[in-house]
Amino acid sequence: MSEKKSFTEKIMATQIWKSIFRHDFKDTPANRGKMIRSNVFLHLHPLRIPKHAMKIRFTWCMGGITFFLFLVECITGILLMFYYHPVVEYAYMDMKYLQFDVPFGQILRNIHRWGAHLMVMTVMLHMLRVFLTGSYKPPREFNWVIGVLLLTLTLLMSFTGYLLPWDQLAYWAITVGTNMGAATPFIGVEGPFSLVDKFSDVRFVLLGGTTVGANALLRFYVAHVIAIPAVVFVGCAIHFWRIRKDGGISRPL
Amino acid sequence: MAEEKTEAVEEKAAKKAAQAKKKERNPYVWPELPFKELMSAILVMALLIVWALWLDAPLGEIATPSRTENPAKAPWYFIGLQEILVYFDPWYSGVVMPSIIMVGLMAIPYLDTNPKGVGEYNFKSRKFIMINFLIGYFMWMFAIVVGQFMRGPSWLFFWPWEPWDDSGHHAEVVLKNIDNNISLIALGIYFALGFILPKLFKMKWAKNLDFMRYSIVVTLLLLMYMVPVKVVLRQIFHVRYLITTPWFNI
Repeated sequence: MSEKKSFTEKIMATQIWKSIFRHDFKDTPANRGKMIRSNVFLHLHPLRIPKHAMKIRFTWCMGGITFFLFLVECITGILLMFYYHPVVEYAYMDMKYLQFDVPFGQILRNIHRWGAHLMVMTVMLHMLRVFLTGSYKPPREFNWVIGVLLLTLTLLMSFTGYLLPWDQLAYWAITVGTNMGAATPFIGVEGPFSLVDKFSDVRFVLLGGTTVGANALLRFYVAHVIAIPAVVFVGCAIHFWRIRKDGGISRPL
Repeated sequence: MAEEKTEAVEEKAAKKAAQAKKKERNPYVWPELPFKELMSAILVMALLIVWALWLDAPLGEIATPSRTENPAKAPWYFIGLQEILVYFDPWYSGVVMPSIIMVGLMAIPYLDTNPKGVGEYNFKSRKFIMINFLIGYFMWMFAIVVGQFMRGPSWLFFWPWEPWDDSGHHAEVVLKNIDNNISLIALGIYFALGFILPKLFKMKWAKNLDFMRYSIVVTLLLLMYMVPVKVVLRQIFHVRYLITTPWFNI
């Protein structure tokens, strides 16, 4: 009497399934290893990890959540790009368009905006956690440096995005922020020991002009949607890779 | 014979220890860690969706270069720097100080030579750096809270529950500058004491640092504590500048 195979078993026996998933799912030590090793995303993890490292109480999961929020920002950001024109004539109208006309447009923008705030908070908390657990100490010094750079880049991503709605809030916040650039010593027009005029100082580089205008909007847009995120992606890759290479997650000696 | 026996016993013990060690090997990542990560992701997403349904992202009037916003506030994570603008000129609070903060943060692993407290929340063996880092961290948060919730038009101070109208309690304060010579002497004493006292009292952290690291640590900390010092000087003694030069003021 032949045993009747279930539908699931039949599917799992096909060549297509087997070509995608290389092993079965019985809970054996070998399979636990393969689950991690045979998956490009999960293989960021080591196969085994100290028990304390899996405790939320120890990690606060803040690094992971920060990265997750970065992905959320990328996805919602790409969707927003379909509706947004980085030109003065349209930028603000597009906000209204998202609010009143685009299906789920307002909630899309809300998630992107609040997600960005949340990401800044989680990245700050992640730094606090890494500090409190002494996880920057040798041999992990350089990964802390990369982390500080990623914190700075996160702030810059958030800051460049702040201008894009082109409302009063954005315009004057960026004006306040970039006027600081003009105060840079030596290379800012209003800074101490200024060596430059207002057409060749730091603020001009940031804004593509002496005040916030069409060029500034375009520059901030390009920085926000591609230039900084690209650097952040590479930075994250190095950051994660080095956790493994620098001896894994920190543990008490 | 007896020697052989002890050898055999020792071998057995070693084998046993090795076995015990093998048993103690770290647990597999799968399924516990990916599960926790997935759960965190779902919780964060749920929180974000509720937040997004509950509160709309702010959108003001269309940008009008001719109509100045008052107060014009930076985004909250930069508002700490904007708050410091009250106490220091833009070249310092907006450019030099943030640069020092970033470089100083990056320098921490190279300045902290204490090997203790890795991978654990160990306050006791890292008192000095813990206290100073946390003071700096909370000063940052404090500046953000004050700037975000307690500053109104013209950057005047208002409690969060106060309406933003100037009903006269913001009396015009006449600020004065301190004579350069007095300031330079005071600053000289401030830095000299900062350098000498830790060594004089043979503080543990100071003893363990070489000269180079010690100088950098002390300089960074003295610069950090200049901020609250300047806040007190400004708020209580109405001092605007400590040092005035034709090129810059501090």
